[in-house]
Amino acid sequence: MSSLQSLDIAKRSATTTPSTQARKTIEVAKLIDVSSCIGCKACQVACMQWNDLRDEVGENHGTYDNPRDLSAQSWTVMRYSEVEVEKDKLEWLIRKDGCMHCDDPGCLKSCPAPGAIVKYTNGIVDFISEHCVGCGNCVTGCPFDVPRISKVDSKAYKCSLCSDRVGVGLEPACAKACPTGAIRFGTKEDMLDFGAERVTDLKERGYANAGVYDPAGVGGTHVVYVLQHADKPELYHGLPADPKISPLVSLWKGVAKPLAVAAMIGAAVAGFFHYTRVGPIESKDETPDSEPAEKV
Amino acid sequence: MGIRYLPRYSASERTNHWLIVLFFTVAALSGLAFFHPSLFFLSAFVGGGTWARILHPFMGLLMSLCFLVMFVRLWRHNVITAADREWLKHSAQMLRGDKSGMPPAGRYNGGQKQVFWVMAVSLAVLVVTGFMFWQPWFANAFPILLRRIAVLLHALSATVLVLSVIVHVYAAIWVKGTIRAMTRGTVTEGWARQNHPLWHREMTGKQ
Repeated sequence: MSSLQSLDIAKRSATTTPSTQARKTIEVAKLIDVSSCIGCKACQVACMQWNDLRDEVGENHGTYDNPRDLSAQSWTVMRYSEVEVEKDKLEWLIRKDGCMHCDDPGCLKSCPAPGAIVKYTNGIVDFISEHCVGCGNCVTGCPFDVPRISKVDSKAYKCSLCSDRVGVGLEPACAKACPTGAIRFGTKEDMLDFGAERVTDLKERGYANAGVYDPAGVGGTHVVYVLQHADKPELYHGLPADPKISPLVSLWKGVAKPLAVAAMIGAAVAGFFHYTRVGPIESKDETPDSEPAEKV
Repeated sequence: MGIRYLPRYSASERTNHWLIVLFFTVAALSGLAFFHPSLFFLSAFVGGGTWARILHPFMGLLMSLCFLVMFVRLWRHNVITAADREWLKHSAQMLRGDKSGMPPAGRYNGGQKQVFWVMAVSLAVLVVTGFMFWQPWFANAFPILLRRIAVLLHALSATVLVLSVIVHVYAAIWVKGTIRAMTRGTVTEGWARQNHPLWHREMTGKQ
């Protein structure tokens, strides 16, 4: 849904002209402090409740992950990873997975439907379902494997960062519900400051590699993590160490497409001019009734 | 004095050709709509973006099936020989309007044969890669990296196919008397003698 005004759209999918620039807003971010998360899933419940989503009841796979994966109905899921970073020291790393709201969104770049994906001036990336054609290119464009195509209506879904709530000055539902303060919401600047404080704390407590995950490869994200082991983000259910838009996507969506369009239009135009300059190839018995005009 | 006509394509061959044209047109309109934002308006011809997404793979598949029928019938006539390579060497001369130096062509000349194979290969790539990101049925069976490669190859071979169709259509307009081979099934003897002398000899026994 489009929850903010058209004045607040900074980037629009499959659109070659600039978006509105007049109004400036402050960039927001959600900070997820993995080190303070207790895995209670209140955020998942809040997300379902606020967005009126009800996923099908799944099956127990012997892990706490429930539902097992993101879906059209589950826009955020907790990922539970049991790891031994140091030998014989088990750690339970719980990461709230969902859209990272990239500053350079791969979904938006790969989307062929004008206006189906927008990035607001506050940094939130939103799917405008009425313009979605269901092609699934956003799935291949995303460096975090987040968007999901509904099996019911073939539209793409993902976390909207509660753009409707944020638009009226509220924090996202997950941040509102979090009982430990592991999910915080505010300006991106404030969230990075707060994250830096948490990192200092964690380092004092022995997590020498603690850090904030705000990957530069996608221009930074509007969902940032505080990680105990920021040197190994893969520990957190495969969080990519250096996410960026695949060169396969950026090559095609960047320089190749205009060149290909130019080649096609160029070929048709060249044909026309060839005909008007060189002329057709005619054979002798082609027009018996109207013989070619005599040479003058 | 009447004009003698030589049969070139049977009624079923013509029907098959025009079915390919029909399916190609819808597949091209719906595919180009997603190709570049400047072409998205083409989706209006098939009922909007979502209909373009739904129809495109079916149209592509139908086109490919019809092309397969054509391929089976014609591939033997399109094997590129040394004589065709010689013809292709002189093709730039022909494009400049001087066809005097062209080596005699058979049923198909080197250029036509090239177009035939380029179309066949690009269609095969389009079908294989198309399945890999066909929503909602097949895409999820393939890993995302493979789908990224498939999307790129699909668009690349679509570009090649569209370019070869432009060449194909232009050649038919450029060489007068060609189009009736596909509308009426026949060509004039004069056309055959001039453009495909070896085929003309084969068909009439004349030198």
